[in-house]
Amino acid sequence: MKALKLINDNRMLTAGIITLIFVIFFGVIGSWFVDRERADVGAGRPAQPPSLDHWLGTDQQGRDVFADIVYGTPGTLKIGLIAAFVGVGVGTILGFISGYFGGYIDNFIRFISDVFMTIPVLMILIVLASLLDVMSNTMLGLLIAAFGWMGALRVTRAQVLTMRERAYIQVAKLNGVNDLEIIFKEMIPNLLPFIAASLVGASAGAVLASLGLSALGLGPQNEPSIGLTIFWVLHYGALIRELWWWFMPPIIVMVLLFIGLFMITAGLDRIANPRLRTKV
Amino acid sequence: MNAEYVLKRFLLFLAVIVVAVSINFIIPRLRDTNPIKERLYQLAAQGGVNVGKMEEMIEVWEKKFGLDQPLWKQYINYWNDVIRLDFGKTIADFTPVINEIMRSAPWTIGMLSVATVIAFVVGTVFGALLAWPKTGNFVKIFVPFLMTLSAIPYYLLGIVMIYTFAIYWPILPTSGAYGFGVRPEWSIEMVLSVISHAIMPAGSIVLTSIGFWGLGMRGMMITTMGEDYMKFAEYKGLKENRIFLSYGVRNAMLPQVTGLAISLGTILAGSVLVEVIFAYPGLGNLLYTAISSNDYFLMQGIMIFVIVSLGFALFVVDLLYPLIDPRINLQEQQS
Repeated sequence: MKALKLINDNRMLTAGIITLIFVIFFGVIGSWFVDRERADVGAGRPAQPPSLDHWLGTDQQGRDVFADIVYGTPGTLKIGLIAAFVGVGVGTILGFISGYFGGYIDNFIRFISDVFMTIPVLMILIVLASLLDVMSNTMLGLLIAAFGWMGALRVTRAQVLTMRERAYIQVAKLNGVNDLEIIFKEMIPNLLPFIAASLVGASAGAVLASLGLSALGLGPQNEPSIGLTIFWVLHYGALIRELWWWFMPPIIVMVLLFIGLFMITAGLDRIANPRLRTKV
Repeated sequence: MNAEYVLKRFLLFLAVIVVAVSINFIIPRLRDTNPIKERLYQLAAQGGVNVGKMEEMIEVWEKKFGLDQPLWKQYINYWNDVIRLDFGKTIADFTPVINEIMRSAPWTIGMLSVATVIAFVVGTVFGALLAWPKTGNFVKIFVPFLMTLSAIPYYLLGIVMIYTFAIYWPILPTSGAYGFGVRPEWSIEMVLSVISHAIMPAGSIVLTSIGFWGLGMRGMMITTMGEDYMKFAEYKGLKENRIFLSYGVRNAMLPQVTGLAISLGTILAGSVLVEVIFAYPGLGNLLYTAISSNDYFLMQGIMIFVIVSLGFALFVVDLLYPLIDPRINLQEQQS
């Protein structure tokens, strides 16, 4: 009943989750019906328009575009999820340490995070990615995570700071409950909505970065991903040759993904800041 | 503004520079390949170099670049060069790296600052109108449209725009900063050419960021309207326009202005992808060229230049915060 009420109250969140699930299932269910080999070079004749055999035609190197998207979408999602979970995980832990213990540790962690917030992340990622010779989707995810933990740190730290002063934490402390127990039993449950929002935001950011890196040809070249597809689109001048069946599908899938994530963020925002709920 | 705050921010700025220079020093040395060897073998493959004397040549060149010295000495030398803005020369045609950077930076700064300011103005007005209860419904028609656009990565929108406005319906140029036949001088032809070339790259950024500014302004405006002084202004019988502009917008806009300052400060790191996609001759495109041609000196020069100017810009913004918005409590911000 509670879930039903939430769906009715927060249509934005619901619509976002449905869109996201649609994109995920597109990759999962698609892979049951489409052979992996069709996404390889030379699966068909190059640059053919859509036909019964190739629903979305083929690209310049003969990959079936539909198969390429079906296998590329999970690749891109994987990069985003790895980066988001590792980055938000590290950020949350550091935020806890920073906010809960304070003092010199807090100053040190915040200083490092401030330095990271000041440097141009995408540019540094571009240079680092260009220097790494062999790269997998997992590695790219970890690389992005290395520069994507500061947001979660800030949110967690701010929340921990306010919670630390609340009565129920003080009572627990006076009762001799140890630090770890307070963190896990009292604080984490209250933080979950904020961690969830961080995760969604970080995923969107990571997919954005990975798409950009791959589109420049700096991402993994041996596993299909949407970014790689866009790289080939630019490389072979698909735009000027008007091969719309090749460059539109990856863009549409990514736009759906980003709109889904955006709606989830907006929905979560309404839960966290009820004041925004009233108007519009 | 107290001295401690300024000092803290300045230390942060220094730390950013140290990190940037050190990273730039370490990265090429992390690779196990020897750039001199690579380059010499490349030349040897093209003919004209005695392969037997290769080892000797490598030693001579390493001495020339100071690569035979201990690591700490190399590090100090590197700092020395950086402070004198000597980033070495490009591999392609041996022009000093700093010249290449100075030639590209104005394009990036010009195009992106105009795009940022346009997006800021449109977005802020839009956001303020959205939060105002007396606004007509026609404004709300644009909401889903702009929200959707703000969720889309600007470079994907850029690709769609190139296809739509340059190929399918050719009214705008696809790439570059000005036309081939136009002489780069102060003439009406040149100005028009620069503008027409900037419309698409700037447009893709404007369209995808209006939503961001609009949402921020709307949130601030709703908060402001809950304030007592808004009620008071209403009871005093002030004209609605006056309440909206002088009481509402003016107060709600302050965080937006600090946001604008940050955005303008980080412009140099801007948008590598937009520049690459539109072949716009700015810093991002220069970086991409450097990467594609393995030009380490150029790459390092751009990185240091961007990181340091960005750090400096953010340092200035930090000092301006309290001036722009006196309500910001520095102590609170630090705790």
